[in-house]
Amino acid sequence: MYDDLIGLSEGQEELFCNPDADEARAYFKTKTRGLVNKVMTAEEAVKTIIKDGDYLAVGGFGHVRIPTAVLYEVVRQGKKNLGMAGHTSIYDSDLLASTGLMDRCDISYVIGYEIRGLSASARRAFQSKSIRKTDWSNGALAWRFAAGAAGLSFIPSRQMLGTDTFKHSAAKTVECPFTGQRYCALPALYPDVAIIHVHNADTYGNCQITDGILVSDPFVARAAKKVIVSCERLIPHEEIRANPKGTTIPYYCVDAVVEQPYGSHPGNMPGEYWFDEDYFKLYLNTVKTVEGTEQFYKDYIYGSKDFEEYLDKVGGFKKMRELRAIEKVIYTNNC
Amino acid sequence: MADYNPLELLVCIGSRVIEDNSTVFVGTGVPMAATMLAQKLHCPNVIAIFEAGSMAPQMPGLPISVGDSRTSYKALIASTMNDVFEMCQRGMVDYTFLGGAQIDMFGNLNSTLIGGEDYQAPKVRFPGSGGANDLASLCWRTVVITPMDNRRFVEKVDFITSPGYLSGIGAREKAGLPKDTGPFKVVTNLCILGYDDDTCRMRIESLHPGVTVEEVQENCAFELLKAKKLETTEPPTAEELRILREDVDPDGYIIGR
Repeated sequence: MYDDLIGLSEGQEELFCNPDADEARAYFKTKTRGLVNKVMTAEEAVKTIIKDGDYLAVGGFGHVRIPTAVLYEVVRQGKKNLGMAGHTSIYDSDLLASTGLMDRCDISYVIGYEIRGLSASARRAFQSKSIRKTDWSNGALAWRFAAGAAGLSFIPSRQMLGTDTFKHSAAKTVECPFTGQRYCALPALYPDVAIIHVHNADTYGNCQITDGILVSDPFVARAAKKVIVSCERLIPHEEIRANPKGTTIPYYCVDAVVEQPYGSHPGNMPGEYWFDEDYFKLYLNTVKTVEGTEQFYKDYIYGSKDFEEYLDKVGGFKKMRELRAIEKVIYTNNC
Repeated sequence: MADYNPLELLVCIGSRVIEDNSTVFVGTGVPMAATMLAQKLHCPNVIAIFEAGSMAPQMPGLPISVGDSRTSYKALIASTMNDVFEMCQRGMVDYTFLGGAQIDMFGNLNSTLIGGEDYQAPKVRFPGSGGANDLASLCWRTVVITPMDNRRFVEKVDFITSPGYLSGIGAREKAGLPKDTGPFKVVTNLCILGYDDDTCRMRIESLHPGVTVEEVQENCAFELLKAKKLETTEPPTAEELRILREDVDPDGYIIGR
């Protein structure tokens, strides 16, 4: 039983992104090094930076510090045939899967909403052949980004071996030239575009993540060919210079800066606001049917001209103040 | 006997597996509640690690996500996913707590799909590995916490998402996984299971109060071995239940489902 898996030397699914390091270098050679103002609206950023067919990586943790405002704009503009790293993804991959914009996905976590259960619309999408799938683990995708950030074409690792996760990946095995140890070889992942939400950014794109976890964002930002950053607030360049250790993503990785307060709603933004559990409950209940899903996206996303109009629909300033209060109580009450 | 539901039982028994001053990598759901309960009882200095990058928080309330702000509240470090999985890979993580839709006699876990004749269009698709494959591959001891029935405890899993002992003795090392790692215990609503040293097969080690070997076997589709001496599990104490209900999960996210 399972013996076929143990000696398997390569995964059999599709590798969606070219791991070639020289191809990546040739692109990075062309990236602007100048300190230039990159501030624009989410609409402009998506229009000018994301092309049909691009492969996207999304920062944060699926429903924590996610770039919702930019993702809604991707949905509204109907970008087609998108690939995606389904890395710890929850609401982010659900948005692109449920609207039919995604046609391929490197999956390590999709469909699930952690302790809230599953999204029926994401499940329908991922069960169908309309999305080509390759499986990985979260750690494998994290290290694939790290290999990209390091300018390599692969990285050895010790997970996935002997399992169906390996069989249905695009990894291979490799022998250590020093010890003879058998390793999993993970191909570097250089996404076309990364979208990352942060607390603070200056107009050039220097970013601070001032609270909570970083997930793989420092690596995602460095591995991606283009990066769209959204931030809770713009800060003066001098504040970056005053605290160099606070810079998580340096400006030369970044192509667009979008200021969007509450830009992670309905997600949790550590230190700022808690999850909007009412919204998630409504969403997960409504998307149980195909009709409900279509109506929900029509009402909340296609039917909102921008993120401010959407925020008004979900409770506006009053609701945002409530979510901010829940988050702040977490931080002030050691209950 | 104190009155408790099966999930409360799972959380309380699960919380007892870990030791103080150990490193525990915590998955979403029941494991979060079990770890938080342990932290409030016998493990005040447990180093709880969450895959989004935080370590050793003093959680003010039950996290909804293994990446939310509660997992980094008063933590020792809010780092990266890369950092915490590297910590597992270099042998610094003692325990991990996992769940799954299916488990077999070697502790292999499935959280990817059911009905995988066509991988691209499975009958039922689940979230996938998340961090489970990384943890089951790289941590020293894997503890599974799960309700027990014969649709979950199966002869052969539809998809090995995360490695148990694979096909048995020596298989993990042959595949290239780190030495001396693998499944340790399975905590269920009926019993505590472990693994036989000679065969790596799952065995009954401790029966919960009032549960018989026959009842456990009826809820398992493969033949279970038995430890030489079967223990009886100490039921949840009044103190465990009070702290679980009042401090750990007052909203019933985990225990009230």
